[in-house]
Amino acid sequence: MSATLTTPRPAPAATTALSRMTALARAELTLLGRTRGALVAALLVPLVMPFSVRSAAEEMDLAEARLNTGTLVLPAAVGFSLLFAVYSVLVGTFVVRREELVLKRLRTGELRDVEILAGAALPAALTGLVQCLLLTAGCTVLLDLSPPSAPHLAVAGLLLGLVLCAALAAATAAVTRTGESAQATPMPLLLVSMLGSGMFVPLELLPDRLASVCELLPLTPVVTLVRGGWTGDLPVSEALGALATAMAWIVIAVFAVRRWFRWEPRR
Amino acid sequence: METNGHEHVIEVTDLRRVYGGGFEAVSGITFSVRRGEIFALLGTNGAGKTSTVELLEGLAAPAGGRVRVLGHDPYTDRALVRPRTGVMLQEGGFPSELTVAETARMWAGCVSGARPPAEVLALVGLESKAGIRVKQLSGGQRRRLDLALALLGDPEVLFLDEPTTGLDAEGRRETWELVSALRDGGTTVLLTTHYLEEAENLADRLAIMHEGRIATTGTPAEVTAAEPSRISFELPDGYFVGDLPPLGELGVTGHETDGRAVRLRTHELQRTATELLVWAARARVDLRRLDVRPASLEEAFLRIAKDASAHRTTGTTTKEYAA
Repeated sequence: MSATLTTPRPAPAATTALSRMTALARAELTLLGRTRGALVAALLVPLVMPFSVRSAAEEMDLAEARLNTGTLVLPAAVGFSLLFAVYSVLVGTFVVRREELVLKRLRTGELRDVEILAGAALPAALTGLVQCLLLTAGCTVLLDLSPPSAPHLAVAGLLLGLVLCAALAAATAAVTRTGESAQATPMPLLLVSMLGSGMFVPLELLPDRLASVCELLPLTPVVTLVRGGWTGDLPVSEALGALATAMAWIVIAVFAVRRWFRWEPRR
Repeated sequence: METNGHEHVIEVTDLRRVYGGGFEAVSGITFSVRRGEIFALLGTNGAGKTSTVELLEGLAAPAGGRVRVLGHDPYTDRALVRPRTGVMLQEGGFPSELTVAETARMWAGCVSGARPPAEVLALVGLESKAGIRVKQLSGGQRRRLDLALALLGDPEVLFLDEPTTGLDAEGRRETWELVSALRDGGTTVLLTTHYLEEAENLADRLAIMHEGRIATTGTPAEVTAAEPSRISFELPDGYFVGDLPPLGELGVTGHETDGRAVRLRTHELQRTATELLVWAARARVDLRRLDVRPASLEEAFLRIAKDASAHRTTGTTTKEYAA
């Protein structure tokens, strides 16, 4: 403790939002790699679940919905990746960092609130992105999926899905008290999305009234846009509707986070 | 103002903080800290020290009153203030699975003009722990890591919330030396502590908080000077306080009895002690457990804590004389 305290230095280099988030994301990536349980769930579930969708597909009349196994399984796979590699992982990340007082500590520094959440979310979002690209490659090779007819829709769906899942994870963390309850609180969205967002059963095969309700679920626009990106037969009005629904959910999630997110544990 | 050596870098006016349930933790406090000064906030647990510091750090908005740090509102002008302040929270706040070096590197990436992480780790004596996970550090080592991170950006203003809690005697002394050296280099330090010795050794000025208010403030010498010295002893069987010479004539300003134990308060320690002992010698009275003690910060602290509890308990009899 006897070293010189003030060494003359050039004018301090100011940090930027990008440099701060990169530093935080790098640390979070290290931490993600050291959290075995979360890592296994994030990496394996989205790779395994599409197989069960595929076997379910054998009992459906896909031709009626003008779909094939590939255009059913790939959007579902993207959905699993977003739900398990991004959403569930991030609920745990946000809650554990809050309980460890890391979020509070970070807020004493130069990082802005949104940078803290975005920086912490970046590694999981990148994991999801890479996973989706691998799943696309896998579906293309294994399920004879033809190249996407409207790739811009698929890209928009995937990017919106990443932002949406990060925002929903922060909103879910707001109502999650402990790291243990972070195992349970993501379940409602996981179940609702798997059942109602066209992952196992395309909305085209549901009764009209039910389908129009399911269209409003958070992850439905993502599945719809990705599927439309490959089939190329998504009408412009429905594409815009899906974009609007996704944006609306992002706005709702951001509002909920700003209103209810807690930066330190309840004592 | 910027060129003035007595510039106030922290100004707090009528500050109030109210928590969600309606509990008022800080009830209108006013103080200021000059550049290059170490200012200590003392107080019992729950006095409102941490609630106050969090407002100065800009972690929350006050319910009333005003805070200025380096001339800015630390809550609304966060971007202007944060690059110039360093903060050590009362409790760590580090991911337990990162190593010390990884933690420091992460923080360095978030601090403008950060010094090399290895340099600040050496400053607090943690260089040999660089590869150790945070969860394996002792409580004292975690406090030192926190201090290292607070120093990363060479802050102009340093907030230290109980910086030496959990440190052993040597670690505490080393931290005091480090903080003193920072002050000598021009850093302004606001610290909270419940170690009175720490405030006495380190602080240029201090305030003692109690139940959300500042009970007393000044230099350690000023705060102590206002306090009476104490003489305590036990009278033998058959003797009572009434058997002593008239206490007012001894310079006693107040006394307490508890069974056989007597405690006298005086601002003229030498005169009171002399006359008491002369009386005891003449009367051949054995004053057992005699303890003569000049005023200290501890006296001030205990009096403030007791003034409050006196409202609640009546176990001892207390009598005050007009000074």
